[in-house]
Amino acid sequence: MPQHSMQPDANGFFGRFGGRFVAETLMPLILDLQAEYDAARGDAEFQRRLAYFQRDYVGRPSPLYFAERLSAHLGGAKLYLKREELNHTGAHKINNCIGQILLARRMGKTRIIAETGAGMHGVAAATVAARFGMSCVIYMGSTDIERQQPNVFRMKLLGAEVIPVTAGTGTLKDAMNEALRDWVTNVADTFYIIGTVAGPHPYPAMVRDFQAVIGRETREQMLAQEGRLPDSLVACIGGGSNAMGLFHPFLGDETVAMVGVEAGGKGVDTGQHAASLNGGTPGVLHGNRTYLLQDEDGQIIDAHSISAGLDYPGIGPEHAWLHEQRRVDYVSITDDEALDAFQLCCRQEGIIPALESAHALAQAVKLAPTLPRDHLMVVNLSGRGDKDMLSVAHYLGEKFQ
Amino acid sequence: MNDASRLDKRFAALKAENRPALVTYITAGDPGFETSLDILKGLPAAGADVIELGMPFSDPMADGPAIQKAALRALQSGQTQAQTLELVRAFRREDTQTPLVLMGYYNPIYRYDVERFLDDAVRAGVDGLIVVDLPPEHDDELCLPAAQHGIDFIRLATPTTDAKRLPRVLGNASGFVYCVSVTGVTGGRAPTSQHVERTVGQLREHTHLPIAVGFGIRNTEQAATLGRFSDAVVVGSALVECVERAATPHDAIAAVHGLTRELAEGMRRAR
Repeated sequence: MPQHSMQPDANGFFGRFGGRFVAETLMPLILDLQAEYDAARGDAEFQRRLAYFQRDYVGRPSPLYFAERLSAHLGGAKLYLKREELNHTGAHKINNCIGQILLARRMGKTRIIAETGAGMHGVAAATVAARFGMSCVIYMGSTDIERQQPNVFRMKLLGAEVIPVTAGTGTLKDAMNEALRDWVTNVADTFYIIGTVAGPHPYPAMVRDFQAVIGRETREQMLAQEGRLPDSLVACIGGGSNAMGLFHPFLGDETVAMVGVEAGGKGVDTGQHAASLNGGTPGVLHGNRTYLLQDEDGQIIDAHSISAGLDYPGIGPEHAWLHEQRRVDYVSITDDEALDAFQLCCRQEGIIPALESAHALAQAVKLAPTLPRDHLMVVNLSGRGDKDMLSVAHYLGEKFQ
Repeated sequence: MNDASRLDKRFAALKAENRPALVTYITAGDPGFETSLDILKGLPAAGADVIELGMPFSDPMADGPAIQKAALRALQSGQTQAQTLELVRAFRREDTQTPLVLMGYYNPIYRYDVERFLDDAVRAGVDGLIVVDLPPEHDDELCLPAAQHGIDFIRLATPTTDAKRLPRVLGNASGFVYCVSVTGVTGGRAPTSQHVERTVGQLREHTHLPIAVGFGIRNTEQAATLGRFSDAVVVGSALVECVERAATPHDAIAAVHGLTRELAEGMRRAR
């Protein structure tokens, strides 16, 4: 039986994906980080503090909620929503930020930097930086700043400095380039909280481990509520941290099917999308080898998605590996399909999902009617949609005027 | 493999003259192929001892604004990896002596295909590679295959590379060692010469390769100061800014060669 639930090798590879493709200036720090993380993993006191903050600060465990009306409406599988949007700050991103800031403190760092797309990771990073009294700089693309104003204001309220990045198209990849430039300049005192399961080793495995609480809880909750494991898991993927967090504790369970949902933008065949696995090729960017949106000359192509959080031309290396292993099925959902599912969830369940999570819901909308009523499907509701009010209003207004 | 590479010969000759090398960086295809070729062809006469030719990349994570913009200009003018190699071929038709090193990021090479790239680079007359995002942990990706093709792999030693790590960094290094004088991106703050002198001294305990100092060096005075104790001084951002400021291709060529001459004259007085 193939072993899917693997640790990366000594150089951080999952199969041929991953690695540590960074400038020499960062290498010593990344090696330190790895040693510190290895030590923290086996440190009972670190784990106790992590559990404490997850419970009393983040509000875990998040509920596994039976979406009764949505299930009846779709007329097939029994849909459960993993309610990560109820976490403090409104998304799964805080799970990882709490873990990384505890590590930053162990390492004696005093300054936090982070990149953000939709702003959810930026808000989560600014939140933990405030909680631990550390200075915080958030890099955010200027396009994203425009479409995610509420989150920009939240970050500033929390005491973070938000630096607009105008390079490229002013989205997540450009913000990540700029964060890497800051890190290489301020390497002595600065800790870079990467928000997804990408970047140089050990970030992909470390962020996955901090997010795996989602899948561990889901497993326990489903066993308690239904007396058995779920039949399928569905999650949206930009870099892929909420999906990896949900999937990872189930990778060894052969009966559990998994579907990762990429942002299909205006359609994968239009060239305007963010579907790295369905529309990309292997390459090296931001410290790891993975599937990328790139041209024939190895230049990175800008991603497009209605959802700022999925608007990234790469994907976490472990997803690339699981894709080639065929353990997880990776599909794509267009902007329009996500918007439809967004509205459906609002009206059927009284829950306003993030546009990112609406991609996962849209896939569930497609799949559920084709499945029997005893099929247990978990959709990761990775974030709430408050931040998207302006862009959804804009889009729907434009469309239905 | 050649008995002695162009880089080895050039550094040996300069050592005999007791003169530090001027290493000039320009981005291939900036602001366009033809102008870039004219700039390249004139660099040796203007005083460049070694040429670094940047392979433009859409996401240059280790570069400051000047070289980011240069890469963007080059890509917008249609520069490709194949055309960068064509620039080298065209340069080599007239100059068989000046060492030329390609500098950039791994992805465009990976996408071109490593073996095909190395074959084409050898044929074009490339002497060495500097690939910023390939630390020694990934030597099997490109560094070792390059060595098999007789292409030097120039390693960066940075302020965070401590004595414990240096042997690993220098293990498969060849050509010269690029001593990054400050933590940060290209074209940033200037290093203090005392600090750099100490770092170069420490490096010499670990290697017999020539040591080039770079990052943040913008003018003749700085170059001359650092040239007293290092084997080479690299100037990049200041040169590509000449291209950025130029109103016409002719101005760009004249400005780059003009600054190169100033730097070269200054460095000839360094020791």
